[in-house]
Amino acid sequence: MSTTTDHGRGLEATGLSKAFAGVQALDGVDVTFPAGQVTALMGENGAGKSTLLKILDGDYQPDSGQIRIDGETVAFASPVEARHGGLRVVAQEPEIVPFVSVAENLFLGALPGKVVVRRDELRQQAVDAIERFGFERMLDADTIGIRLSPAQRQLVEILRCLIDDPRILLFDEPTSSLSDSETDVLFELIDRLRAEGKAIGYVSHLMKEIFRIADRVTVLRDGKLIGTRAVAESSTDEIVRMMVGRDLTNMYARNRSELGETVLELRHVTTDDVRDISFSVRSGEVLAIAGLVGAGRSELAMTISGDVPVHSGEIVVGGQVATLRSPRDAIARGVGLAPEERKADALVMIRSVKENLSLAVLDQLTRFGFVKRQAESDLVAEYIQRMRIRTPHAEQRVENLSGGNQQKVVLARWLAKKTRILILDEPTRGVDVGAKAEIYQIIDQLAAAGVAIVVVSSELPEVLGLADRILVMQGGAITGELSHDEATEERILALAMASELEAMEGSSR
Amino acid sequence: MSEVKATEVAATRNPKGGSGLAHSLLRNVGGVQNLILAGAILLLAALLAALNPSFLLPSNLISIGTAVTISGLLAVVQTAVMIMGGIDLTVGSVAGLSSVVSAMVFTATNAYLGILTALLVGGLCGLINAIIIVAGRVPPMIATLAGLTAFKGIAQLISDGRAQGYTGADPLFKALARGSLIGIPTLMWVLIVVAILLHVLLQYTKVGRNIYAVGGNDRAARLSGIDINRYIVAVFVASGVIAALAGILITARTGSGQPVSGSEGLEFQSITAAALGGVALRGGKGSIGGTILAVILLGILLNGMTLLGINPFWQNLAQGALLVIAVVVQQSRSGERRVGLPK
Repeated sequence: MSTTTDHGRGLEATGLSKAFAGVQALDGVDVTFPAGQVTALMGENGAGKSTLLKILDGDYQPDSGQIRIDGETVAFASPVEARHGGLRVVAQEPEIVPFVSVAENLFLGALPGKVVVRRDELRQQAVDAIERFGFERMLDADTIGIRLSPAQRQLVEILRCLIDDPRILLFDEPTSSLSDSETDVLFELIDRLRAEGKAIGYVSHLMKEIFRIADRVTVLRDGKLIGTRAVAESSTDEIVRMMVGRDLTNMYARNRSELGETVLELRHVTTDDVRDISFSVRSGEVLAIAGLVGAGRSELAMTISGDVPVHSGEIVVGGQVATLRSPRDAIARGVGLAPEERKADALVMIRSVKENLSLAVLDQLTRFGFVKRQAESDLVAEYIQRMRIRTPHAEQRVENLSGGNQQKVVLARWLAKKTRILILDEPTRGVDVGAKAEIYQIIDQLAAAGVAIVVVSSELPEVLGLADRILVMQGGAITGELSHDEATEERILALAMASELEAMEGSSR
Repeated sequence: MSEVKATEVAATRNPKGGSGLAHSLLRNVGGVQNLILAGAILLLAALLAALNPSFLLPSNLISIGTAVTISGLLAVVQTAVMIMGGIDLTVGSVAGLSSVVSAMVFTATNAYLGILTALLVGGLCGLINAIIIVAGRVPPMIATLAGLTAFKGIAQLISDGRAQGYTGADPLFKALARGSLIGIPTLMWVLIVVAILLHVLLQYTKVGRNIYAVGGNDRAARLSGIDINRYIVAVFVASGVIAALAGILITARTGSGQPVSGSEGLEFQSITAAALGGVALRGGKGSIGGTILAVILLGILLNGMTLLGINPFWQNLAQGALLVIAVVVQQSRSGERRVGLPK
C-alpha cells in the first residue's frame, strides 16, 4: 500500500476485558504499540498492566476484545504462539535454568539444529548475539545459570527475546535489577530497535526512564484506559495525576509533636547477623534505618521483634530489660512488626481481610474463648475505613487485594493492637504511588499520637522524607547516625558504603 | 472531609454490591462446595430411593448413621489437623490400640477405667506425634507415617494379634453400642456431639481462628504472636483422644478389643472425607460441615451399593473415583494455572 507499511503498523488492541473471580482486572482497554515507537505503559500496582501484558502474549485469554498485529487479527493461545507470531514479552523475573550455560539458556526451547545440538555452534551463536546487541562487557556465554547476578539474568532474558527478531517487544520493568550503566546500554539498544522499526512497549514505575526512552505514554487505572499522551507534550505531574486520579501534594507530611521518653533501647546487641548494635528510640519519633541490601537491617528488625535469638547485649523496652524468646514476647511488650516479605511473613493469603486484620487482637475480642463477632466486625469496619483499605467487603480474601491494600491490612493489625513501638521493614515496597502517600500519612499520624516508629527502607527519598533521625548500617553494624536536617542522599550513601570508601582511600594513599 | 472521600472510594470500588450480598449468603450456607455436596447427596438419595424403596426406611437410615460414626469421628478430627496444615496418619492405628487397651483394662478392672485409660493412651500417642514433629522437626506426613506402623505394632504386641476381652455383657459398652436417645443411636450421638464441639471450636473461638491462621501461614501466625508449637501439640493430642474414642466405639460394637481389624485403613478414609469436604491439603481452609456432608455422601454411596447388591470390591473404586472428581472440581474452581506440581 503506502510507505508506512515498511515496518508494518505494530500492535493494536481494542476493547480488551478480563475478569478474575468477580474482579474486573481489565475493562474495555484500547491500546496501541505503533511500529518504530516506544510506548510506555504506566499505572499503579493493580491497574492492570501485568494482566494486559499476559493477554497480549497469550498467557491469559481475554473475555472480550481484539488484538491486531500489522493489521491482522491474532488470537494467541499461549506465549509460544505469540512468539511465533512475532511478539515477545521480556519477563521481569526470568526463568533461568540453573546448571546450564548462558548460551544454552539463551536458546532455551529453541535450540538450533533439528535433532543434534552442536555445543560449539551454539556457543558461537550465543557469543555473536551477545556482541551484536552490545552486552559483551556484561555477559559471558559460558557462565552457568546459578552464577548469574539478577542483572545478568535480566540481560539473558532480553537477549532471548531479541534472538527471535520479534516485531513487537514488550518490556516489563526491565531495569528493576539493572545498575545505571547497564540501564544505559539497554536504552541505547532500545533506541536502535526503535530505529529498526520495532514496536516497543515499556512498563516502568520510574518517571525519568519514561522521559528518557518513551515516545508515548499510556496510563491505566483500575483496569481502565485513562489516556495516551505524547511524552514530549506531557509532564511528570500530569502522568502522576492520571495514574492516581488526584494530585499528590506533600507526600511526606510532618505533624510531629514533642518527643516523649525513650521506649526502646538496644545496648550492644549481637546476633548471628548483626553486631554491637546500640541505639534508642523515643515515643513519637520516626527512626529510619538505611543501608544497602544485605547490611543486616531486616535482621535487626527481626531481632527487635523477638524472632531471632540475641547472643549478647540487651534490649530494653519501656524501661525494662526484655528477654524476647519469640515474637509473642515482643508483642506482649508493645512491639509490632510489619515485615518486608508481607505475603510470606505477615498475611494469611487465603483468609479474609477481617481475619488478617484482627489476628493479633483476638485476645481483646474474646470472651470465655469465644470471639465476639459484632465487636470484631465493628473494629474491622472501623480500620477498613480509617486506613482506606480498598476491598469490596471484609470477607474478601487478602490475596485478591493489591500490594498497597495488603500492606494497609498489616498496618491496621498493629494499629488495632495499639502497639507502642512499630517496626516497619520496607513499608512501601511493591506499593503504588497513591497508597504510598497514604501510608506515609499513617506513619506521620502514628508518630504524632506518640508511637515510636522504626522504618527500615532502601528508598532514600522515603528515608529523608519520613525520618527524624537516620541510622545507617553496613555489614551488620551501625556506621553512622544523621539527624533529619543534616541528612542528604550523598551522606547516607557514604555511610552505607563506609568500608569500601575507606578501602579506596587507603589504597590511594 | 477525608471521611466523605473514603466512603466515596468504598462505594465506587464496590460496583457489585449484589455479588457481595450473594457472597455473604453463600458463606452462611458454607460455600459452593457444600452446596454441591448437598446436591450430590440429594441426587444419590433420590436415585437409590427410586431403585430400592427400602433405602428410605428409618432402619436403613439409622444403619447408615451407625456405619459412618467411627470413620466420621476420625474424619472430623482429621479436618482440624488438616486445617492447621498437618496430617495425622496414625488415627486408625491409635483407634486400634485404644480398642485393645479399653478391652484389656476393662477385663482387669471395670468399663469406666477401661475407657479412661484408652482415652489417655490416645492422648499420649498424639503427644508423641507432636513431640516428634515439633522437637524433631519431622514433617507431619513422615512422623505420623512412622506412628501408623509403630502404634499398630504396639497394639499387636500387647494383644498378641488377637481380639481381647468380652465387653458385650457390660451395661456401659452395651449402652454405647446399642442404646439410643430419642430414636437416635448413642453411637450417632457421639459423632454429633464431637462434630458440633469441633465446629464451634473452629468457627467461633479464638483457638479455632488461630488454627486456621497457623494452617494458612504459620510464619505470619508466629509473627502475630501465636505460639504455634502449642497449637500443634494441642491439635495432635486432641486427634489422639478422638481416635481413642473411635477405638472405644469399635470395642463396644464388636464386643471385644480389636488391634487391627475394624480400624485398618480408617486414616485414609478420614483424609478422603476431609478432602472431599473441601479441606485444603496445604491447610488454612475447610470446615466440619463440609466434612460431615462428605461422610454422609460416602455412607450413602456404600450403603446404596450394598442395597443394590453390587460387588463390594466396586466400593473402593467408587470412593477413589469420587475423591478424584471432587478434588479436580475444587481445583478447577480455584482457578489455579495448570503449571508444575499442584500445591
